[in-house]
Amino acid sequence: MARLIRTEKEVEGEYTEQWVVVDDDDEALDQWPQGPGEVVGREAPRLDGHQRARGEAIYTADLALPGMLHAAVLRSPFSRANVKRLDLSKALALPGVLGAVEPGDAHVLEREPSFHGAPVAAVAAESFARAREAVAVIDVEWEELEPLVDAEDAVRQGSLLEEPRQYERGSTEAGFGEADVIVEAEYRTQTVLHNALETHQSVCRWEGDTLEIYISTQFIWGIRDSVSEQLGLPPDRVRVVCNFMGGGFGAKNSPGDYTYIAIALAEKTGRPVRCALTRREESLAAGNRNATVQRLRAGARSDGMLVALEGEFVNAIGWKGFSGPTYGPMEMLYACENVRTVTHAAKLNLPPNAAFRAPGFVEGTFGLECVLDELAGRLELDPLELRRRNHADNDLVDGRPFSSKNLLECYRRAEPHWSRRDDVRARSEGPVRRGVGLASQIWYGGGGPPSYAWVRVGSDGRATVITAMQDIGTGTRTAMAQIAAEQLGLPLERVRVELGDSARGPYASISAGSSTTPSMGPAVRAAAADAARQILEIAGQRYHLEERVLSLRDGRVVSADGGSWPLEEVTGLLGDAQILGKGSRGPNPAGMRVLTFGIQVAEVAIDVETGEVRVERIAAIHDVGRVINPLGARSQVEGGIIQGVGHTLSEERLVDPATGQVLTQTLDAYKLPTIADVPEIVAELLDIPDEHLTNLGSKGLGEPPIVPTAAAIVNAIRDATGADVRSLPVTREEMLRALAEAREREKVAASPA
Amino acid sequence: MLEIRVNGVAREIETPVGRTLAETLREDLGLTGTKIACGEGHCGACTVQLDGVPVLSCITLVHTVGEREVTTIEGLRDHPLVDAFVRADALQCGFCTPGQIVSAAALVEDEPEPTPERVRQAMAGNLCRCGAYPRIEEAVIAWRG
Repeated sequence: MARLIRTEKEVEGEYTEQWVVVDDDDEALDQWPQGPGEVVGREAPRLDGHQRARGEAIYTADLALPGMLHAAVLRSPFSRANVKRLDLSKALALPGVLGAVEPGDAHVLEREPSFHGAPVAAVAAESFARAREAVAVIDVEWEELEPLVDAEDAVRQGSLLEEPRQYERGSTEAGFGEADVIVEAEYRTQTVLHNALETHQSVCRWEGDTLEIYISTQFIWGIRDSVSEQLGLPPDRVRVVCNFMGGGFGAKNSPGDYTYIAIALAEKTGRPVRCALTRREESLAAGNRNATVQRLRAGARSDGMLVALEGEFVNAIGWKGFSGPTYGPMEMLYACENVRTVTHAAKLNLPPNAAFRAPGFVEGTFGLECVLDELAGRLELDPLELRRRNHADNDLVDGRPFSSKNLLECYRRAEPHWSRRDDVRARSEGPVRRGVGLASQIWYGGGGPPSYAWVRVGSDGRATVITAMQDIGTGTRTAMAQIAAEQLGLPLERVRVELGDSARGPYASISAGSSTTPSMGPAVRAAAADAARQILEIAGQRYHLEERVLSLRDGRVVSADGGSWPLEEVTGLLGDAQILGKGSRGPNPAGMRVLTFGIQVAEVAIDVETGEVRVERIAAIHDVGRVINPLGARSQVEGGIIQGVGHTLSEERLVDPATGQVLTQTLDAYKLPTIADVPEIVAELLDIPDEHLTNLGSKGLGEPPIVPTAAAIVNAIRDATGADVRSLPVTREEMLRALAEAREREKVAASPA
Repeated sequence: MLEIRVNGVAREIETPVGRTLAETLREDLGLTGTKIACGEGHCGACTVQLDGVPVLSCITLVHTVGEREVTTIEGLRDHPLVDAFVRADALQCGFCTPGQIVSAAALVEDEPEPTPERVRQAMAGNLCRCGAYPRIEEAVIAWRG
């Protein structure tokens, strides 16, 4: 029966309590035994692979609705300005221009833009080229105002997005008093851009009284809810569609300015309107991973036990956005009883941030795990051993037990990679120094309700999973089919998945916070189990057998007494009717903390004359519960690490420090990793189901692999050269600075006192 | 009226001077397999072949194509590389994949047994933000199955 429960929901480290409806039966399913099943746990090429590879998949970028117009947006060229005059008449006079909007027509358009790229006005025309011409002739007079662009200035001046966040457990004062060694350092991370290859975009049209939004998004239902609320429409009069999407990485969780601009222009012109950001707009107005400053202090006893951790964090947010949990790793990763953090959310005249693959934890892990290695060096203790000694057996933030944690097993499996250290160092030659570094990983990824799925079985004995989720490229379509196939005893090719449309499937969770598989997977399994139960009920009546002796296997209904019938013989009785199974995601285990864990070991080569850093090898061992598709899972790990390598070595959004204007707006200026920059990657997943978590025991995998990469690389640099890199990216300048500082330190140490 | 040959078929189009090959393919001919991700020749998503040579269609003016044969992903849909990419999981979101396959097809046409170094060199102009690179390398090397 349907049951209304109050449960805790976590996305990207934010916990909220909410009501959800679940079905008692869905929680009753026992987990499958550990190890590969018939389909689940075995490598499956992605179901939509050929469509995507052949260019047949229709992305939002490819959609051309009849009569569709193209929007172009006038964006502020200044970080802070006042629009003194705005006259759209010249733009509207151009042939082929059918409408224009200005502040007042859509809430996202502003008369006092507060960051470079803030939208001010927009036009809709018959071609994008004409729309851009029209934007260029808009008569606008700007009054340029003094921007605030330095995060530490903002903290000093009190320009904050929210009150400083304070956290304390135990007494760090007492802790540092007990410490034999104290390390103190300041770390900085840069602003990086998501740069999904499909830019942010929507096509909006009114279809009768329903607003249709075709959008490149990570959260179909979030778009529906946000837009309906903003426009005052009943939610079901907003239909959101996203069948294929070209990457998000956290930046596509909300409607953005482009959707509201397209809606306003569609309203004004009565035509469907596409609003697609250009790559340059994408670099301004599509979100970013904000820069951070981290002043850290760590104390340990001579046996390596951490006695105090202190962190002051500045998140350089931009004009809007959210203050991510940069403090998270310091509070959660180790069994340290005395921890104090304070986090400032600097509000600046810079483009707003957005979630980016493990926001906060990527940055915070870099600082914390580098400090840990500095500490290990001072204590003359093996860095892996230091981490082992400080292993947390439960969550020290709230005392909860973990639903499962196999980090020590990850550490054990890291040993063969870590023990390559002497050999790697010995391969240093001439100016090229080699070294090995490691870093530990903690992050969320438990998912949660509400999430629902249906499974339809037709007379042909084939199944279709129906749910209004999205596959953002992570392969969730395939994973959901595998789960349904396993439960229905069907080969994978007899299961398809229909997703991507809020009007044609039940509510599905966001594809962010590593939550898609742990949220949706259990609902799909429950729906398949409901369909299977109905099939067996029909078979039992048809063959005069009790249901409990029947099961589904290899595409057949199988009886314990040896009888066996093709599934389609049973479902064929339905004629054109169909079986519909329904499933919901049950609550997370009460009173437990559901987290993911892991470790990465990096090998690097540094040319100490030029400052060039090359990552040669990364071994990654992660604990994310049961693995549904080892093929797709490996791709997630590799992709996360490669984004981490870019974050560590080459990517940086640069702004003019005087004006706040973004300088890196193109993909030649903003350096993404290429195929030639990729190290050897060894990916291992423990594949141990979390016995307390859902009917699957699966956690999320999208984010964990990017979390420890930067710290592992920078720790390897220290191992190779003795240099303390303190800011990202590790440009040649930063590398040479750190090397010079290390040489200076050695000189001082060597000189007689 | 402009005539170009696309995937073995002569096509007549009415298109203004200044239009790019990518726009023509996508908007005039409906061949949306060719993607535009940056629009200024930096990312490789729009790669097509002209007489077998990979070019960036987003910075190639359609009036400069002349008599050269244009090959897009639609003309390579049955190329063994497509299966190789799917088998190796050499794609995630898939937005860069048509361009990757068009580049790779030109490479293996010239060099049927490319070394990993050669693949890295030839494919370095095709960005993949999802980071499918290790699998792309594997797929191109094992393209014949």
